[in-house]
Amino acid sequence: MAEFSLPANSRVQTGVTYSAPKDSGSTRSFKVYRYDPDTEENPRIDTYEIDLDDCGPMVLDALIKIKNETDTTLTFRRSCREGICGSCAMNIDGTNTLACLKPIDEVSGDVKIYPLPHMEVIKDLVPDLSTAYAQLESIEPWLKTKTPPPPDTERRQSVEERAKLDGMWECVLCFSCSTSCPSYWWNGDRYLGPAILLQAYRWIADSRDEYTGERLDNLEDPFRLYRCHTIMNCTKTCPKGLNPAKAIAEIKKMMVVRQ
Amino acid sequence: MTSSNRPLSPHLQVYRPQLTSILSITHRATGIALSFGIILLIAWILATAAGENYFNTVNSIITSWFGKLVLVGFTWALFYHLCNGVRHLFWDAGFGFELSTVYKSGYATVGSSVLLTAAAWIIGISI
Repeated sequence: MAEFSLPANSRVQTGVTYSAPKDSGSTRSFKVYRYDPDTEENPRIDTYEIDLDDCGPMVLDALIKIKNETDTTLTFRRSCREGICGSCAMNIDGTNTLACLKPIDEVSGDVKIYPLPHMEVIKDLVPDLSTAYAQLESIEPWLKTKTPPPPDTERRQSVEERAKLDGMWECVLCFSCSTSCPSYWWNGDRYLGPAILLQAYRWIADSRDEYTGERLDNLEDPFRLYRCHTIMNCTKTCPKGLNPAKAIAEIKKMMVVRQ
Repeated sequence: MTSSNRPLSPHLQVYRPQLTSILSITHRATGIALSFGIILLIAWILATAAGENYFNTVNSIITSWFGKLVLVGFTWALFYHLCNGVRHLFWDAGFGFELSTVYKSGYATVGSSVLLTAAAWIIGISI
C-alpha cells in the first residue's frame, strides 16, 4: 500500500542560511536538501545566497560554487558537467533533471534542490541507486544470441534496423524518469520503472538479439511491467528528451501481439 | 552498511503537479466516484419499483439543489472518464506519445468533458 506521507525520520526541517557577500550583484537563494548520516538529526533545508554575477549559468555551477566557497560538506554526484554521464540527476524546482543541463535562468524565485524523489538518501543529494542497478541487471542489458556470429565479420544491421534504436541508446541511466513516476514511488521494489523498461525495450528492439521471447517472458508480470499506467511523468521529465512511456507501450503491444 | 535509518527523499511533497500526473490521478478519482455514483442511480431506479412513497423520498433528495450538484459532478466524472479512456485506448494502440500530443490530447479531454457535461444538462433540462 502506498505511503503518501514521509516517515518520521524523513521529515524535512529548516536549516542554516548562508548570506551572499555584501558586494554581490544579483543574488539568488538556493534551498538545498541536506542530510548528514553521521548525526541523528532529520534532513534539513539549508539556504545559500549566491551572487549570480560570479557564477556559471547552470544549477550544477551553483552547487560547485557552494561546495568550493561556502560549505565544503555539501555532497552531490557530478562528473561530466555536459549531460553525458547522468550523475547529477536531482529534483530541481519540482521536477527531476540533470543539474548540469538546467539553467538557473529557467527557475523563477528560489531554486529548490532535493535528491531524486522517494529514494533512500545516503547523504545530502546522493540517493541510494542499488535497487535500480539491480533491476537493470535483471533485464540483462547486453546482446544475447543463440547462433554463432558470422565468420570474419560482425553481426550486421540494416540502416532501418539500426534506426529503431534511436531514442533508446541515448539514455544515460540518470533515473530522473523512474523517480518521477508515482507508480515507481509506490511499487519501486517490484515495478521496474521507466528507465529500466526503456533499456529492456532497447534490447527487445535490437534486430541482432535472439532472446526476444525470453526477454518478454521476463517482463510478463503484473508488477515488473504492468504497473505502468501511462501517467507520462517520465517522458515529461527526461533531461535527454527521450520517451520511456512510448517504449513501455511498445513492450505492452508486443505482449498482446505474441499471444 | 545498514540502510534502515536512511531517510526517504520527499516525493509528493516536492514534485511539481503537472498536466500528465493531474489528469492521471483524476482518471482514477473519477473511476472511484463513478462506482459510488452508480449506487445513487440504482437507488433512484429501485425507488420507482418500490412504490410511490419511496420514490417521492429518494426523488426529493436527488432533485434538491445538493442532489443536482452531485448529479452534475457525476455527469462530468462520467464524461471525463470516457474521454480520458479514449485517450488511453490510443496510447494502448501505440499512438499519441509525443509530449506535444500528450498535452494537446490532455487539454482536449478536459475541454470536451466540460462541453459534454454542459450539453447533457442543457438537453436534459430542455426536454
